[in-house]
Amino acid sequence: MAFAIKINGKTHSVDVDGDTPLLWVLRDVLGMTGTKFGCGQALCGACTVHIDGNATRSCITTVDSLQGSEVTTIEAIGATPTGAKIQKAWLDKEVVQCGYCQSGQIMSAAALLAQTPKPTDADIDSAMSGNICRCGTYVRIREAIKQAAQS
Amino acid sequence: MTELSRRNFLCAGSAVGGGLLLSLSLPIAGNAQPKAFVPNAFVRIGEDGKVVMTMPYVEMGQGTYTSIPMLIAEELEVELKQVQLEHARPDAKLYGNPVLGGEQVTGNSSAIRAAWQPLRQAGAVARTMLVAAAARRWKVERSSCHAEAGEVLHAPSGRRLKYGELAADAAQMPMPKDVPLKQAKDFKLIGTSAKRLDTPAKVNGTAIYGIDVRPPGVKIATLAQSPVFGGKLKSVADTAAKAVKGVRQIVRLDDAVAVVADHMGAAKKGLAALKIEWDDGPNARLTTADIVAELEQATLKPGPVAQAIGDAKKTLAGAASKVEATYQVPFLAHAAMEPMNCTVHLTKDSCEVWLGTQVVARAQVAAAQTAGLPLDKVVVHNHLLGGGFGRRLEVDSVIRAVEIAKRVDGPVKVVWTREEDIQHDMYRPYWLDRISAGLDDKGKPVAWHNRYAGSSVIARWAPPWFNNGLDPDSTEGAINLVYGLPNLRVEYLRVEPPGIPTAFWRSVGPSHNVFVTESFIDELAAVAKQDPVAYRRDLLDKSPRARAVLDLAAEKSGWEQKLPEGIGRGVSLQFAFASYMALVAEVEVAKDGSVRVRRVVCAVDCGSVVNPDTVRAQLQSAVIFGITAALYGEITLRNGRVEQTNFDNYQVLRIDEAPTAIDVHLVQNNEAPGGIGEPGTSAIVPAVANAIFAATGKRLRKMPVDTNLLKRPA
Repeated sequence: MAFAIKINGKTHSVDVDGDTPLLWVLRDVLGMTGTKFGCGQALCGACTVHIDGNATRSCITTVDSLQGSEVTTIEAIGATPTGAKIQKAWLDKEVVQCGYCQSGQIMSAAALLAQTPKPTDADIDSAMSGNICRCGTYVRIREAIKQAAQS
Repeated sequence: MTELSRRNFLCAGSAVGGGLLLSLSLPIAGNAQPKAFVPNAFVRIGEDGKVVMTMPYVEMGQGTYTSIPMLIAEELEVELKQVQLEHARPDAKLYGNPVLGGEQVTGNSSAIRAAWQPLRQAGAVARTMLVAAAARRWKVERSSCHAEAGEVLHAPSGRRLKYGELAADAAQMPMPKDVPLKQAKDFKLIGTSAKRLDTPAKVNGTAIYGIDVRPPGVKIATLAQSPVFGGKLKSVADTAAKAVKGVRQIVRLDDAVAVVADHMGAAKKGLAALKIEWDDGPNARLTTADIVAELEQATLKPGPVAQAIGDAKKTLAGAASKVEATYQVPFLAHAAMEPMNCTVHLTKDSCEVWLGTQVVARAQVAAAQTAGLPLDKVVVHNHLLGGGFGRRLEVDSVIRAVEIAKRVDGPVKVVWTREEDIQHDMYRPYWLDRISAGLDDKGKPVAWHNRYAGSSVIARWAPPWFNNGLDPDSTEGAINLVYGLPNLRVEYLRVEPPGIPTAFWRSVGPSHNVFVTESFIDELAAVAKQDPVAYRRDLLDKSPRARAVLDLAAEKSGWEQKLPEGIGRGVSLQFAFASYMALVAEVEVAKDGSVRVRRVVCAVDCGSVVNPDTVRAQLQSAVIFGITAALYGEITLRNGRVEQTNFDNYQVLRIDEAPTAIDVHLVQNNEAPGGIGEPGTSAIVPAVANAIFAATGKRLRKMPVDTNLLKRPA
């Protein structure tokens, strides 16, 4: 059956099985490839999006669970105040290397900052520990979140 | 696809990537823009003023898409913000890597070493021709003109012309020979921490990796390969899979089965619904222990001699004391964040391939051979890599995708699940070393004998580089040590494990050899009851650059300062990838044996530095990669199957486990550049092991760390 999903302020109708993870609807059905596939089991965080403002792993979030929810992806996070701050801090601190995990890192960081404007080191570690970076950009991620929190 | 739609599709990632074109494999630039100035394979300047640089080395996080443009731009006299980049097409004649035998390869931390002269030369030649074109137009002496920020200026008259205005004329100028390059003191760009060009598109979701390509009509496939290497597909029951909404087709190969669908969700659901029977073949009972036993056996006998100095055997026999040890390192998966994938559109007489690869020319050959087409019928579009680490030096994903595409009408993107990615990786080899040393009555090493066995990746990957039983990779870090050792013998025995493919893995040969040599030298210091830094330092009379980085790391880490109980500092020193590096790790071992690397200090002399911030970033990255290996990394086989599947049982270091600081200190000089993407990985592992020894007195000779050995009574 068709599902109506609100993504970045726009409603899309997608005709997929209800147990289809949002990740594949975004990437393969709607062509929004900024959200990445890393593990398929909510172990790495590469697929993180916001659902009603909460950082959520889209690889295990089925479309039939989304009725009425607002999905925000990396493509639109720059339009939010915290998202824009995080993106700027990411560039200022040169966090990014291969960049593949960074969509998810930025989504987790933006949600953290929206909910905890002045995060402690422990807040940062806790909010970001679900996002793996194989390039090991962690030291700079911490610095960038702190910069964004101060800006 | 029409030419127009293809162009639109390929350019899709370019709109927002300020400075980053990163899109096309257009026909050679000169054909695409008849009036463009194309002095060489790396630079193209259009009449519209666009400066496009073609990148011979691929961007996989290491910053090469900034540092290579810096080399060209330094001599071309353009600002980085004026530059657009494109991926090189497969053509080893134009884009071969001179450090790696002329093959079109990005690997072995070699890009800056390889590009240092030729890419600056490419920029200088282009600039010289633009200046000549301007001088001719103005009818003035060339020496009265100079280039600056994308323009040629004639200072006496104040006239200036933009490069775009000169492009057509410059294309007519003769190619100059022997253009002198700038001296280091005149560099404006090289040596500065220029902002990366590839990152703006990577923070807003517009960067296009191989896995992101979407040729019109593309179907998504995912696959299951024989869980035992060398096994075959016996049977597949696919009724339930075919009933899954969105599943289009089941593809059977000799040793794999793929589900083709409208989207990956349906493909995965379809794959899970298949009932597959495998014929496991000859490796059905293989375990890691079988492979280790073979290595243990092999190292009982002498092997090809990689290096011999003096008479190690005789000196060892007569030494005041003797130290012996056996070291082991495990198989490791790469686990790049972007799972393996490759997109192929195969027709009767053409093959188009999209992926991110470290070896685009090999990818083209693999696709052509698998498709049964001549090379010129295969077009390969390279992309950003979501991590390479050596995994994308292999083309198995290309072969798989073409095999599947042969049976699919229209383009198909083959995406591996994380489980397939880990269980069908090609792995860092297992190595086993027997090492011994003789010490004189003052504890100084007078003899060193190291004999080790493991797979030679080179022997498969580049057979001509494997000679007399030896290859340059398997021995790097085991021979030509920085230490003055009067009697040394190093033997390497190539032993290929059955039933598990091996491949290059970040820091390659040194990932194993430096762990062994730097752990063992630490053991010798302990036997001699000497400080590990002082002991090493005494052996460095002939290696002033090694001594300098060791001193710097010791100073910056506060090596002499006391630490609380349960915390230790460990040092390592290496010369690898043409760079000198000393690293100090501060490690805390908890009562339950768990290990936390608290802080890392790294001193590096990699000669001339192009982008210091990139060097720092690469070291931070390589250190984390190595800590993951030291604490967690291990691939094991049971009944021929890789036991690890995903990030829950193939753990990767997370931010809450990462050191609070990884400080990098650069030695400034104008020596030839050395590699920097990998050495931090090989250097950190022994530093961690040595720090654990300092904290606990336990010497761990086998990686990864076994926390059971470190438990203390509560």
